[in-house]
Amino acid sequence: MIIADTVIPNFGGGAHSCVRENRGFCWSWVQDNWNSVLWPAVRQHVELTAIAIVIGFVIAFWLALLAHRRRGLEAPITVSTGVLYTIPSLALFQILVGFSFLGLNRLTVEIALVSYTLLILFRNTLEGLRSVPADVREAALGMGLTRRQVLTRVELPLALPAIVAGLRIATVTVISLATVAAFIDDEGLGSPIFRAIQSNVFKTELFAAGGLAVILALLADGLLVLAQRLVTPWARRQRA
Amino acid sequence: MKPVLNGFPWIGHHLSLVFDKLGVHLLIAGIALAVAIAIALPIGVWLGHVHRGSFAAINISNVGRALPSLAVIAIAIGIVGLGRNTLILALVVLAAPVVLTNAYVAVDTVDRDVVDAARGMGLRDRDVLWRVELPLALPLLFAGIRTAAVYVVATVPLGALTGTDGGLGDIIVNQASYRLEGVVGAAICVAALAIVIDALFAGVQRISTPRGLRGQIDFAAVQTAAAGNPQEEGTPP
Repeated sequence: MIIADTVIPNFGGGAHSCVRENRGFCWSWVQDNWNSVLWPAVRQHVELTAIAIVIGFVIAFWLALLAHRRRGLEAPITVSTGVLYTIPSLALFQILVGFSFLGLNRLTVEIALVSYTLLILFRNTLEGLRSVPADVREAALGMGLTRRQVLTRVELPLALPAIVAGLRIATVTVISLATVAAFIDDEGLGSPIFRAIQSNVFKTELFAAGGLAVILALLADGLLVLAQRLVTPWARRQRA
Repeated sequence: MKPVLNGFPWIGHHLSLVFDKLGVHLLIAGIALAVAIAIALPIGVWLGHVHRGSFAAINISNVGRALPSLAVIAIAIGIVGLGRNTLILALVVLAAPVVLTNAYVAVDTVDRDVVDAARGMGLRDRDVLWRVELPLALPLLFAGIRTAAVYVVATVPLGALTGTDGGLGDIIVNQASYRLEGVVGAAICVAALAIVIDALFAGVQRISTPRGLRGQIDFAAVQTAAAGNPQEEGTPP
C-alpha cells in the first residue's frame, strides 16, 4: 500500500488523482463541475418536467371534464391514454422520431412526456369529481348555484386531494422519463449520465447525476404532499 | 410518417433477429421479476399477516415509485460496474417495492371478520394465512406483480442505453446498424410486448381470483393499491 502511494504522483490535492483513477465518488469533481454541468442539467430537467406537467394537466383536466359530463367518453379515453402509458419510454421516443416532421429535439421529448401524464391525471381528476357525494351536489343546486358554480365551488375543491395525488405520480413519472429523454435531446440529468458511461464509466458523474435525479424526484414528491396538505386543510381535520 | 410505416415490414424481414433479442429481453426481465417477487412477496405478505409495519410498507413503495429508473441503473453501474447482472440488480430494486406494498395491502385489508371466523373455526395461524388470507388477497397481490412485470419489461431496453444487454433495446439504440426502420420496428415490438405482458398478467389476475370474488371486483380499478390509494399506479420507466 505504501509503495503504491509513492508511485502515484500527487498533484497537490488528492482530488485530481481521485478523478483520474476513477475511484468511487470524488467530491472535488462535483465542486468543479457544479456550475458548468450539474446545475444546468438540473434546471433543464425541472424545465422539461414543468412544461410536460402543465400541458398534460391542461389536456387531462379538459378530458376529465368532458368525461364527467358524458359517461360514454370515459372508456375510450381511458383505453387510449392507457395504451400511451404502457408503451415503454425509449420505444415511444424512437417511434416519435420516426415521424418525419419530428426530430431529435425538445418538441419530440415533450410530446412523449405529456402523453405519459394523461392517463394518471385524467383518471384521478375524474375520480375526484365522481367522488363528490350526490347529496352535496344536489344541495348546491338547490341553493341556486349554476352548473358552472357547482363545478368550480363545490366539485373541484372536493376533488382536489385526488387531483394533487395524480399530479404527484405524474410528476415523479415525468422526472424519471426525462432522464431517458436525454438520448433523444441532449439535456437534463440524463445527459451527464450518458456522458459518464461513454467516458469509461466515470463513477463520480454517474453517482452525482443519478443521485440528483433521485433527490429531485423525492423532493418534488415531498413538496406535492405538502401542497396537498395546504390546499386541503379539512382533510387533516377530519382525520384528527 | 414513412419510417414509422417501414418499421412493420422491417420486423417481418428480421424475425430471427427480433426473436433472438426478444429471448434475451424476456430472460433478463424474467430473472429480475422472479428475484423481486422472491424477496418482496414474503416480506409484504408477512407484514400484512401480522398487521405491522404499515408505515414502512407503504412508504417503501412511495419512495420506490419516485426512483427514476435510469438514475437507479446509473448508480448501480457506479457501484458494481457494467454488465447484465447490474441491470438485473437495478430492475430488482425498481420492481420490488410495488410487489411488497401490494402484497402488504392485499393481506392487510382482508376482511377481519372473515379472519376471525376462520380462527373461531379452529384454524391454525398458518392455515389462516394459506387458506383464508392468501386466496382472498390474490387479486390485489397479482395487481402488484402485474405492474412490476410491465415495469421490468419496459425498463430492460434502458440497459442498451447504458452499454449492457438491453434485449430489444439493443436494436432501438443502434440506428447506425439497423437504420431508422429497424429502430422503429424494434420500438414497436417493445411497445407491443409491454401491452401483451399487461394483458397476460391481467388474465392471470382474473383466473387467480377465487370464484366467490369474481364479479365483485372491478379489474380496471384494482391496478395498484400503493399507499392505500386506489388511484395510484406504478411509474413507467
